[in-house]
Amino acid sequence: MSDSPDERSDAAAEAAATTADTDEAGETADATDVDVEDVDHVASLARVDLEESEREAFPEQFAEILGYFETLDEVPEFDREAELVNVMRPDEVREGLTQSEALRNAAETEDGYFRGPRVS
Amino acid sequence: MADVNAFITEESIEGTDDGPLAGTTVAVKDNISTAGVETTCGSRMLEGYVPPYDATVVTRLADAGATIVGKANMDEFGMGTTTETSHFGPTRNPVDPDRVPGGSSGGSAAAVAAGEADVALGTDTGGSVRCPAAFCGVVGIKPTYGLVSRYGLIAYANSLEQIGPIAGSVEEAAALLDVIAGPDPHDATTREAGADANYAAAADGDVDGMTVGVVPELFEGAHEGVVETVEAALDDLEAKGAETVEVSLPSVEHAVQAYYVIATSEASSNLARFDGVRYGHSAGHDGNWNETFAETRSEGFGEEVKRRILLGTYALSAGYHEKYYAKAQDAREWVRSDFDDAFADVDVIASPTMPVLPFELGEGIDDPMTMYLADANTTPVNLANLPAISVPAGTAEGLPVGLQLIGPTFGEETIVRAASAVEE
Repeated sequence: MSDSPDERSDAAAEAAATTADTDEAGETADATDVDVEDVDHVASLARVDLEESEREAFPEQFAEILGYFETLDEVPEFDREAELVNVMRPDEVREGLTQSEALRNAAETEDGYFRGPRVS
Repeated sequence: MADVNAFITEESIEGTDDGPLAGTTVAVKDNISTAGVETTCGSRMLEGYVPPYDATVVTRLADAGATIVGKANMDEFGMGTTTETSHFGPTRNPVDPDRVPGGSSGGSAAAVAAGEADVALGTDTGGSVRCPAAFCGVVGIKPTYGLVSRYGLIAYANSLEQIGPIAGSVEEAAALLDVIAGPDPHDATTREAGADANYAAAADGDVDGMTVGVVPELFEGAHEGVVETVEAALDDLEAKGAETVEVSLPSVEHAVQAYYVIATSEASSNLARFDGVRYGHSAGHDGNWNETFAETRSEGFGEEVKRRILLGTYALSAGYHEKYYAKAQDAREWVRSDFDDAFADVDVIASPTMPVLPFELGEGIDDPMTMYLADANTTPVNLANLPAISVPAGTAEGLPVGLQLIGPTFGEETIVRAASAVEE
């Protein structure tokens, strides 16, 4: 896609012109298929166990929400904003939290370290 | 007045003796860190968490002489439109205690509306300052991204969220913005622009010659009483010398979808830090890391937070990144481009803040799509990183209606000026 503002707004206008069609597509898109196995899989990726009530409610809710997200298919490609700059500062040693401050909110500590569960 | 449950923690944190906010009481949303004072994000996950440092905005409040009177209730981790997802119980709307105050900064807005604080700080990721301001009949400002430091704000969606003031009048909200605005070496996304402005002085009500863009797309589907009240407020602005013109923003049809894809994606990443080891709720150490981690997070997070973490994980997972996240970024650029084009012709853009009147408690909490769609008018502003204000426009069916005025990047003085004319 070109950087030219004219062409970009043309693309936008085209997409806008198709919005009437996409509204309908958006409503039928809730046919997006999400079953409890999909939800369980994503929950395991996110490391969140679900309550049984959540496992029951989420598939239908996700189908509806993800179906609505699919109306994004009608959005034209756009170039990213080009004005981004890195903001750097000298790497100087500064005062930070003390060890006891950093450990203060931990459930378990040992010899000045955080204590966590077994890794495997 | 009955207790509206505006605060999670009531605690007096005294500022210095003098300064522009001396004698002013402030409610601070509970996702903004206060050294030595519990900060929970409205979540069981952070119940008992005591930050070892202050957010930059808290330091600036203290330096300005303000007294913080409590940590305001909120939707858990800022995720909600009603303040009903708080682990510490919902806040009630002081205007009508059977209704929600809006979210997610509902405690902050309710504290001001109920007279429990003079002013308040909220945070706005997709409208969370403007929505409760509109529902509670007070003023809320979402600043330009980069005007206010997010250091010490417990992140939900970094690329979208800003800390913003809530107050009973435009001038008070602007005065609070004067105190918290400006660059911060602790937050590399803050910018120099706007630091020397005088927002409170801009509340002079002078809109003679100002051009106000009205966006038909943001009135579509709104409650009839909301539309009538906002249109009457716009008539008042015209009577004071402003000119209104219609501007079209076709991209806003996709803003809510783009917002929820980006926000949930960022949330799934940000909230990965809550594993119960360094801070926060812990389910103990039985089992291996992954089992314990998943159990800790199941116990610590409420349903809406889990829903958004999973939606974000879904949107970022292999095979779906291009379909959801990449398209949402395109939509974000389109929204920015649309606003840029519009601001070539107008000084501010007006719409209803919320397309609906305040929900009754419990009315929509089990229907996430309805809740998400209520953010249709506020989310475009966060996607485009623009400033916007919600100012009371009047009432419909006895309930507050907010007018939203959106400005160009660092155009806070203009929206403050326009809003101050609305409240006269």
